[in-house]
Amino acid sequence: MSTTASTSTTSGPRTRQPAEPSAFRSPAFLARTSLARTAVELKELSRSWDALVFNVFFPIIFLFVFGSVFSGEVAPGVSFTQYFTAGMAASGVLLVSFQSLAISIAVERDDGLLKRLEGTPMPPAAYFLGKVGLVVVTGAVQMAVLLTAAHLLFDVDLPAGPQQWLTLGWVTVLGAAAGTLLGIAYSSIPRTGRSASAVTAPVVLVLQFVSGVFFVYSQLPGWMQDVAAVFPLKWMAEGFRAALLPESMAAAEPAGEWQLGLVALVLAGWTVVGLLLCRTTFRWRRRGDR
Amino acid sequence: MSSEPAVRVTDLHKHYGSRRAVDGVSFDVVPGQVFALLGPNGAGKSTTVEVLEGYRARTAGEVSVLGADPGRPTPAWRSRLGIVAQSTRDLSDLTVTEVVRQFATFYPHPRRPEAVVEQVGLADDARTRASALSGGRRRRLDVALGIVGDPELLFLDEPTTGFDPEARREFWALVQLLAADGTTILLTTHYLDEVEVLADALAVIDGGRIVATGTPADLGGRDTAPASVRWRDAGGGWRTELTGEPAALVARLHAQLGELDGLSVHRPTLEDAYLSLLSSPAAQEVSR
Repeated sequence: MSTTASTSTTSGPRTRQPAEPSAFRSPAFLARTSLARTAVELKELSRSWDALVFNVFFPIIFLFVFGSVFSGEVAPGVSFTQYFTAGMAASGVLLVSFQSLAISIAVERDDGLLKRLEGTPMPPAAYFLGKVGLVVVTGAVQMAVLLTAAHLLFDVDLPAGPQQWLTLGWVTVLGAAAGTLLGIAYSSIPRTGRSASAVTAPVVLVLQFVSGVFFVYSQLPGWMQDVAAVFPLKWMAEGFRAALLPESMAAAEPAGEWQLGLVALVLAGWTVVGLLLCRTTFRWRRRGDR
Repeated sequence: MSSEPAVRVTDLHKHYGSRRAVDGVSFDVVPGQVFALLGPNGAGKSTTVEVLEGYRARTAGEVSVLGADPGRPTPAWRSRLGIVAQSTRDLSDLTVTEVVRQFATFYPHPRRPEAVVEQVGLADDARTRASALSGGRRRRLDVALGIVGDPELLFLDEPTTGFDPEARREFWALVQLLAADGTTILLTTHYLDEVEVLADALAVIDGGRIVATGTPADLGGRDTAPASVRWRDAGGGWRTELTGEPAALVARLHAQLGELDGLSVHRPTLEDAYLSLLSSPAAQEVSR
């Protein structure tokens, strides 16, 4: 038996030309690895029906259900579905960014994928850029399908002009940025991958109820409005209302106008908070693995 | 052969509060060698290896891996290592080839992914999702990811735990293939037969300390330990004699008695030597 122990060194120990340290800092390397991660993220999502349904298509399913059940108007000439579409757009952005990342990263940490990646020369940024790529693609697809379905099936008006399209664009981007960073940070809270959904989804659900997604925001109790005003979803929903509702609806807001400046400020603020949380709390390994 | 060891560990300590998981471990790994770190569960094998892999900070001691301090891992250094960690359960929704291709992009001079899949014996499963692989084939995928960067040093942390005998033998053949290719391999295991087949050198670790170093053939002095010679005498009773010169004894017995009934010459096995080195009462009981 032990004679086979000396099978090594038919070709001698390997000595290789080590790669230049600068090669690992080059933008080309970061781009290559980030694209590889994005491609993998999209592939995995496309094979995961639960994530597709609960994160990407959930708002579209809800639009269909609510749009079919409630046919009333929130104001003369403005259907409930029109109002609800703005809320679903905001929910959708939060789902594909915050919820999808908080759950998937918690699972990947618990599974050991993050530790495996940490053991390779992959730049850590590539992992996060892969997640960003996932959010960008799923967010864009979701928004396009949501607006198209709302328009074709429920006669929801699309943004009235370039100004409103622009609002839709920047609220989406800023909301997704905040949701992405907060989702990455929140992924450290679930203790195991199995508990990740249970610890994340209720947060998003409660936010939807208090932030003017399922109910008209101005009709919620004042204290509930105040609670919601702390979190990003309320501001995303208000931004999307500015993009999707007629100008006349601005007067129905609690402030009597679309507070787009505040929308930008709060979403940007949460983006910064998320970034700081990520930088200080992100872990590549399970708790206790040190 | 370069004179510098691939791995040099000098008086390594890793403490968690008052618990000393690693308590003064030293050993060298020669480039091109298969080096086994052998010990019971909880002996400190994986903690030691995770320090060497750059995952864990050490409490004290000197450690050099491929000439660098793993306490300050750089991407260039990581690109020269391959890591096959203990049991893994990630990567479920991707196929074998997709995973290997992804990891190839992380390295400056990767091996060709399709060739790696072939080499680890997963060509039949190239389009199978990782989640659908059996335990043994799943481990081959881990090895594929460990070697796709064409590493100089490969860590295998308890690679065959839970395998059936056939899968273990196939896996050993794969490791021998990699060793023959010149890859330095640091293997942790608690299987003696694995060490006997694969290792050029080994250290036995127990209670966070190295209790012996050597080769599978000479561990614990078993190559020079007295042999027990056993035979049946004319009356049919068993006779056993311990001797340092078993050949001489057998020749003498043959001269006196002719052909010997039931003759056997027994040197301490690797298992005997190993168990006699461990501190646990149970192991001492068995080895006695």
